[in-house]
Amino acid sequence: MMELVCPAGNLPSLKAAVDNGANAVYLGFKDDTNARHFAGLNFDKAKMTQGIDYARQRGVRVFLALNTYPQPANWSRWQFAVDQAADLGVDAMIAADLGVLDYAAERHPNLPLHLSVQGSATNYEALSFYRENFGIRRAVLPRVLSLPQVKHVVENSPVEIEIFGFGSLCVMVEGRCILSSYATGRSPNTFGACSPASHVEWRETPQGLETRLGGVLIERAGQGESAGYPTLCKGRFQVGANTYHAIEEPTSLNTLELLPQLIEAGVVAIKIEGRQRSPVYVKQVTQVWRQAIDACIRNPDGYQTRADWMSQLDKVSEGSQTTLGAYSRPWQ
Amino acid sequence: MSAKPKLSVGPILYYWDRDKIFDFYREIAQSAADIVYLGETVCAKRTLIRLEEWFEIADTLAAAGKEVVLSSMALLEADSELKRLKRICENDRYWVEANDMGAVNLMQGRPFVSGHSVNVYNERTLKLLAQKGMRRWVLPVELSHETLAAMQAQRPEGVETEVFAYGRLPLAYSARCFTARAHNLPKDDCQYRCLDYPDGLTLSAQDDTRFLALNGIQTQSAQTFNLLPELDRLVELKVDVLRISPQSNRTLQIIDIFNRAINGELDAAEGAAQLSRWMPVGPCDGYWFGDAGMIEHARNRIAG
Repeated sequence: MMELVCPAGNLPSLKAAVDNGANAVYLGFKDDTNARHFAGLNFDKAKMTQGIDYARQRGVRVFLALNTYPQPANWSRWQFAVDQAADLGVDAMIAADLGVLDYAAERHPNLPLHLSVQGSATNYEALSFYRENFGIRRAVLPRVLSLPQVKHVVENSPVEIEIFGFGSLCVMVEGRCILSSYATGRSPNTFGACSPASHVEWRETPQGLETRLGGVLIERAGQGESAGYPTLCKGRFQVGANTYHAIEEPTSLNTLELLPQLIEAGVVAIKIEGRQRSPVYVKQVTQVWRQAIDACIRNPDGYQTRADWMSQLDKVSEGSQTTLGAYSRPWQ
Repeated sequence: MSAKPKLSVGPILYYWDRDKIFDFYREIAQSAADIVYLGETVCAKRTLIRLEEWFEIADTLAAAGKEVVLSSMALLEADSELKRLKRICENDRYWVEANDMGAVNLMQGRPFVSGHSVNVYNERTLKLLAQKGMRRWVLPVELSHETLAAMQAQRPEGVETEVFAYGRLPLAYSARCFTARAHNLPKDDCQYRCLDYPDGLTLSAQDDTRFLALNGIQTQSAQTFNLLPELDRLVELKVDVLRISPQSNRTLQIIDIFNRAINGELDAAEGAAQLSRWMPVGPCDGYWFGDAGMIEHARNRIAG
């Protein structure tokens, strides 16, 4: 069994995921209680009810991401969101904050809990803490472990392990990266967004098109170069005498070729990143991964990635290039 | 009058050579610091000081009257790192600063400090960790004095609050080593380039604005966070401990300036002016005011 967990930023995306072979979809409320707090994205309660019905009728599970970190001044919003999640009867709530998990476990003992990638758990001792104290059933691992390390965690983990298989790549341990708030005052932890659009500026200059985040120059695109969205860690910076992508290139994670090893390692679910992407993205990526997982389960020894799968995924990838990320040691 | 905050020396976040580390702690033993956090927290490959030697340094500092806390790694990946963590957590002489939930798990039921890389963002989290044995917590560096005030109002009994008060801010951790990358080396063959950057390797935007500092797998702020100008407020908020994060030069003088300001022998603004001359790039304090971390509020306020 390998569950395909797909992103749903809105109802059309949810339907695209469900219709094209997702086993589960994940979504969030329309506010800063989840880590894709973007304008025009996510679900109010009515839309969420519709989405849950649509998925359920087709045998697809629904997970609710409630994976940011409330502070005392706004704690009640998270508490309300947890209560709503329980009311809606989602199949699992994905959370990161210890306080949120504690509240959910105490108040809604029947609400299944998953530890979000934002919980930064990279080892089985950490997973044991969440299992013992909140009864989590599953954890999503940060995108920092090599494949042998993932395998080792799975072998010793008290809970199911889900990993990211495709989509935008976080280079840093999720939940512990505050580069975004250093430049803008808003981080995934506090605001539910990295490198928020509200702080982005585009400027034509004699040196080229400049993109800034919080006033900091992230990228300068020369003639013939395309300027991507200024995600802080994907910018070009100067270190010593060199100007280069000092942290990471604009690239996406794609682990399609690792699929047999991931299944063999005992990973139970593959997560596709991209709640902020279009329904077309969700449809294409879900289709490819559905075919790949089915092919791999049918015949793991004969499994090979198909050229048409890879080209379809490249088309929707950031910077049109993909990487195995930390799963492959040379990347590190 | 409110109680004076104690001073702590954070773990050395950089990779210094052996002699420099031993010299540093010989000096710290004589300093005004009350608490010393020891050990490697960033990269498992930094092994110039073996674990037994860290224990020896701890014993020396304890004999000199310092409270010693052993700090754990923030990012645990390999099994060897977990084994090392278990050895630290099994010690029965010193408290442990848990910098990851794995360490919190191992310390459950015994006294521990939760480090700034453990996300304690609200009072419910604070209460939960206190029940598990936490005796002191370090405010995560992106949180503001307003959030701290709300947390302090509901702080569980017997829990001390520590604030990162001086140093380049730890902002992120990765599987990738950015110092090795800067030298076009793979992490597995990094040649210990961190030894060449005792305050981290400064990264600038393409317009030469200095922005971040690369410290192996950790990314820091280029600017040095400094809360000395906020000393009155820190005292008012009943912060128990102010942390000074070591830098390669003048850490002793920095401790001395904080100590004199705490004892009312030095004006905080005057002290801050002195400190800014010793920073690798310059000061920042935005997070404390709920702003972008890189902003320098203290000077803007004076100028504005």
